[in-house]
Amino acid sequence: MRVHAKRAGALLGGLMFPAWSQADWTLNMRPGVTGISNDIFSLHMTILWICVAIGVVVFGVMFWSIFAHRKSQGHKASNFHENTVVEILWTIIPFVILVIMAIPATATLINMYDTTESDVNIRITGYQWKWQYQYVDDNFGYFSNLATPPDQISNREDKGEHYLLEVDNPLIVPVGKKIRFLVTSNDVIHSWWVPEFGVKKDAIPGYINETWAKVDEPGIYRGQCTELCGKNHGFMPIVVKAVPQPEYAAWVSDQKAAAEKERELTQKDWTMEELVARGEKVYQTTCAACHQPDGSGSPPAFPALIGSPVATGELAGHIDVVFNGRAGTAMQAFGKQLSEVDLAAVITYERNAWGNNMGDMVTPKQILDYKKQQQ
Amino acid sequence: MSAVADTHTQEHHHGPARGFTRWLLTTNHKDIGTMYLVFSFTMFLLGGSMAMVIRAELFQPGLQIVQPEFFNQMTTMHGLIMVFGAVMPAFVGLANWMIPMMIGAPDMALPRMNNWSFWLLPCAFLILVSTLFMKGGAPNFGWTFYAPLSTTYGPPSTTFFIFAIHIMGISSIMGAINVIATILNLRAPGMTLMKMPLFVWTWLITAFLLIAVMPVLAGVVTMMLMDINFGTSFFDASGGGDPVLFQHVFWFFGHPEVYIMILPAFGAVSHIIPAFSRKPLFGYASMVYAVGAIALLSFVVWAHHMFTVGIPIAGQLFFMYATMLIAVPTGVKVFNWVATMFRGSLSFETPMLFAVAFVILFTIGGFSGLMLAIAPSDFQYHDTYFVVAHFHYVLVPGAIFGIFASAYFWLPKWTGHMYDETLGKTHFWLSFIGMNLAFFPMHFLGLAGMPRRIPDYALQFADFNMVSSIGAFTFGATQLLFLFIVIKCIRGGKEAPAKPWEGAEGLEWTLPSPAPYHTFETPPEVK
Ligand code: HEM
Ligand SMILES: [Cu+2]
Repeated sequence: MRVHAKRAGALLGGLMFPAWSQADWTLNMRPGVTGISNDIFSLHMTILWICVAIGVVVFGVMFWSIFAHRKSQGHKASNFHENTVVEILWTIIPFVILVIMAIPATATLINMYDTTESDVNIRITGYQWKWQYQYVDDNFGYFSNLATPPDQISNREDKGEHYLLEVDNPLIVPVGKKIRFLVTSNDVIHSWWVPEFGVKKDAIPGYINETWAKVDEPGIYRGQCTELCGKNHGFMPIVVKAVPQPEYAAWVSDQKAAAEKERELTQKDWTMEELVARGEKVYQTTCAACHQPDGSGSPPAFPALIGSPVATGELAGHIDVVFNGRAGTAMQAFGKQLSEVDLAAVITYERNAWGNNMGDMVTPKQILDYKKQQQ
Repeated sequence: MSAVADTHTQEHHHGPARGFTRWLLTTNHKDIGTMYLVFSFTMFLLGGSMAMVIRAELFQPGLQIVQPEFFNQMTTMHGLIMVFGAVMPAFVGLANWMIPMMIGAPDMALPRMNNWSFWLLPCAFLILVSTLFMKGGAPNFGWTFYAPLSTTYGPPSTTFFIFAIHIMGISSIMGAINVIATILNLRAPGMTLMKMPLFVWTWLITAFLLIAVMPVLAGVVTMMLMDINFGTSFFDASGGGDPVLFQHVFWFFGHPEVYIMILPAFGAVSHIIPAFSRKPLFGYASMVYAVGAIALLSFVVWAHHMFTVGIPIAGQLFFMYATMLIAVPTGVKVFNWVATMFRGSLSFETPMLFAVAFVILFTIGGFSGLMLAIAPSDFQYHDTYFVVAHFHYVLVPGAIFGIFASAYFWLPKWTGHMYDETLGKTHFWLSFIGMNLAFFPMHFLGLAGMPRRIPDYALQFADFNMVSSIGAFTFGATQLLFLFIVIKCIRGGKEAPAKPWEGAEGLEWTLPSPAPYHTFETPPEVK
């Protein structure tokens, strides 16, 4: 009987609170894995305990009065209403405490601002709603998108362990090296935050902000965008994988080779089928957030592509919109974001998907020519 | 000549006009005060129901009830309505009712403007709320409306939002001018500045803050208007503008604004605590100086909201030190309240319960404020639920509890009846429990890494979000009880004497309850 009740309880709990099995009731900040994050953590704990101590004294006196100085207990009110010594003391003592707090805070802040002598430089660009990582020393880069399937978000599928905190291409960094992050944005303000590093920096269009981290331990660290950036602000996580230096070096040379191959692909002769197949993938990761996976859009902000004047109009106009974006709207200039192959593929796909049977195509070489003309 | 004299005497002898014109055309400070309070409570319920939508969506991970677009509209409208529609008008309502009665004046100094500044508000909020039904939806960029999200990327309704902000700003500025004119010119003979009740003092300083910063808010939205509609690029980097400029201007308004929302509550609580401690307020003069210091400092701390935007280190340090400094006068106020209670003869009627909770919970909000002031730590706290916890601790048990305490304290004077004490206490305890359950866990969520303004979250945040939602629903539902208590008190109840609270001090208690339509037509003498 008791076992049954327990099982029923567990089942009920499991049904009602499926997420609670994952929940961990974390109360406090974590110290993190960089020197800075450790310093921040100890500042946080110091000021917290100072507040607790002040609270104990102040609330202690107050509760003492509440219990002992009640009218219902027959307590008679005294009549004092000032005391210069006490008043001066409780102005000066807090001031001194603050000065003591300010010293370590200042030291940590100065350290955080010291971005000199970095070993690795990575440019981080915020986009609605993804991150771009460019390894400026090695001349390659890529986008990092949310990897959680939409079905998990809309509760049609069980949520995975790293629900909303998983990406297709994590940022890879070496441990034990000073990494300088150059943070900027392509559209609205975002903010790049990895709690374990103690790094949070706003990504602002027109600005390049600098910050840095030196990761002590290999591992996977997760964070999120922390500046409201529109509809999918909650869906642009950050995942950083810190690996030992040799592994990092090997990965970098692979990436460089892959970037080279990509450049060669531009020169290849593509068939329509190949372009459409590749274009569908590009479309789903890059365009579907606004124009919807089935091209239906969500007007008025995000127009439908099915039968749209652009996607079923002149090829040149279509290339122009995708390449240069539409000023004053959420439509970005993808010319800078996607490779020639991907641009050609996605444009060809949009012209031939969902009944937009235009039957024409554009090759990566044509896109390359267009790019040259633009400059 | 005689006709003029006749209408004049008539005015003094008949009461308020009948029907709707009484309210539309009134210049009586008590009627206008009532309208402000009713309006504010209506907005409180509207903004509150939006909060219920937010908490319902956040009850569990995943998207259940609303889509992200609408979620963002709810957070934005909730913030705007609570700040500009609920808290600020409530304090103006209290000012209208109480300032003339506290300083022995017959009315506000500028009664017609008073009428106008009230009636602008419903117009402004009608415009603001109507954006919910427009194409593209209501503003969705947060109550701080950072550019370029609100300009280049904003919905078409943004222009209406700007217009609504302009109207609210005009209303606030007129209200503030009226308060200053009243306090400086209409005090009863003998009431020197340093004899003024603290509520009057805090409102005087608040009014100066309003006059200083509302034009700045008007300026920033006007620049947005130009960017959106007339091709300028104040905040558009691609046109040579500067998105960070927006934040500087906004927070130059925004930080004093948070003190606009708390100083009058400081004043009210400084009446209520002595009344129920049956003991004079401790440190009257230092209370006045502390409020003055807070007001001055509030102009030089704005960039503590911008520690992560990348301002130079010298600026960062300056704003950190200045912000930490605010804790000193704030601390003085808290110590004074506690010293007032110390060795008093305390009783805990509803106004006192709210006032004591105010002191305790506001102090907790002050502690988290101090933590946020430490710039390096703020990099971890900023734009997480820790900040949401902080400002709800200073605004809900701060501003809102201050308003409830005032309402219960002066309801007998306004209506002539005592409110139902048992119901009042129930209202307090349910609000107290609900509020702490809703907002305390947000500290933990923020420290564990949950960003604010997200409609869906990772699984490790599920537990405290559910607790928080339950607390929020409790708090929200409880406020309907307040409506019931007030209606019941207006319609009947034990007759209130002129001075229902044993330890209360002040000119308002020399008047009969309910206070007659016209009071202090001949000024009282203050010794
Ligand atoms: C001891 C006094 C206080 C200090 C030191 C303090 C400090 C701070 C700091 C540093 C922030 C920025 C946090 C961040 O975004 O990272 C902040 C946010 C905020 N504070 Fe305070 N604060 C204090 C009192 C108050 C009071 C009295 C109020 C209002 C009644 C208030 C309302 C707010 C609001 C509304 C925000 C958030 C605004 C937003 O980003 O939406 N604070 N506070
Ligand atoms: Cu502030």
